[in-house]
Amino acid sequence: MRDFIYHAPTTIEEAISILEEHGEDARPIAGGTAMVNLMKQNMVLADHLVGLGKLPGLRGVSQTNGLLHVGALTRHREVELSTEVKTHSPLLAEAYSKVATVRVRNMATVGGGLTHADPAQDPPPTLMVLDAHVVLTSSKGTRELPVNDLFVDYYESALEPGELLTELVVPSAPQGAKTVYLKFLPRTADDYATVSVAALATVENGVCQEIRVALGAVAPKPIRATAVEDALRGQSVTPEAIRAAAEAVADQVDPLTDFRGSDDYKRDMAVVFTRRALEQVFSL
Amino acid sequence: MTTADALYTIKLTVNGQPLEAQVPARRTLVDFLRYNLDMTGTKEACSVGVCGACTVLIDGEIAASCITLAVQADGTNITTIEGVANGEELHPIQQSFIDHGGFQCGICTSGQIVAAKSLLDGNPSPTEDEVKEWMIGNLCRCTGYYQIMESILKAVK
Repeated sequence: MRDFIYHAPTTIEEAISILEEHGEDARPIAGGTAMVNLMKQNMVLADHLVGLGKLPGLRGVSQTNGLLHVGALTRHREVELSTEVKTHSPLLAEAYSKVATVRVRNMATVGGGLTHADPAQDPPPTLMVLDAHVVLTSSKGTRELPVNDLFVDYYESALEPGELLTELVVPSAPQGAKTVYLKFLPRTADDYATVSVAALATVENGVCQEIRVALGAVAPKPIRATAVEDALRGQSVTPEAIRAAAEAVADQVDPLTDFRGSDDYKRDMAVVFTRRALEQVFSL
Repeated sequence: MTTADALYTIKLTVNGQPLEAQVPARRTLVDFLRYNLDMTGTKEACSVGVCGACTVLIDGEIAASCITLAVQADGTNITTIEGVANGEELHPIQQSFIDHGGFQCGICTSGQIVAAKSLLDGNPSPTEDEVKEWMIGNLCRCTGYYQIMESILKAVK
């Protein structure tokens, strides 16, 4: 790793001011599980790292008006084990429990994981089907951004220079909704997904009402499978309808060939795992 | 004006011993332990946080010291393999690794033992599945997993 200047601000304002001052030369670091690796491999060449570990008030889970608030410095492991998260959004606790290993989950933070914008990470598809949003803080104040709009490209988020992700906000799933997160792991248990699918659905009298489907690891960013959703919303839920809807995901994915499989294989698996996710949320 | 090769003062507790040290920003925690403190029990193998050889406890929780910067450990309480035994008396997990052949080449052993100790500290009688789930992050290139499992499970009883 090459030399850099390390900053350890003790307020959010101070952290933002350092990030603004140094622009592209500065990167924030929280748990470090992504950033230290990127620095070691010279994939990030920052002259300044801004350590967020001493910022107050950004770690922990709370609820207001049915919304779950997760501070950006909350560890993955804390989300996984939080009684509040398990009660409010069990899907979220499950997704965070699937990330890497206990050791990594003890270190990696919610804000760091999301802004790292790795398309194969576990939480984003579940956050997308839960219609979660993040709070971004800069010297101009705060703005809210749906998680659906947070990811731009491989390892690129929609954060502007000088902006920090400070909070994740998750609404409850709609009344009566069923949810699922499937992670296809053909290699090792601690791996990134080869394909991952999150789904949420409500059904009344055999007709699909709400349907949200999102996938990870099959495109430059996690994606909402809108073609699948459109094929099912308002339709009678039958095994044939689900099978046909799952096929529609093939045209929405754009996977990379890598050691986890070819692009064709991943496209096929996206269809298979989308179908399985739909079967689970529709109890078929 | 701070320059990129500046040294940073960190204060932390390692195996119960409070200490203060000067480190460059780019020094990892594992290098700090090994080269600044001459505590070579903690090993570095994969260097990317995957294999578990460098596992230490930071404020009681297992962490990868190869992808933690020493400056990030400022103000924390670290436990390494050197802090697991009680003086000359081995920790039951250490003894169990000896009794049940829980290591071959030994590179992964420090990390295996620190990780297993942390599991048992929080969950004194884990099931076999809970041990497997917890130890997923500690790889053994000799593939001595049966003996490692046995060592941990026998230490439970």
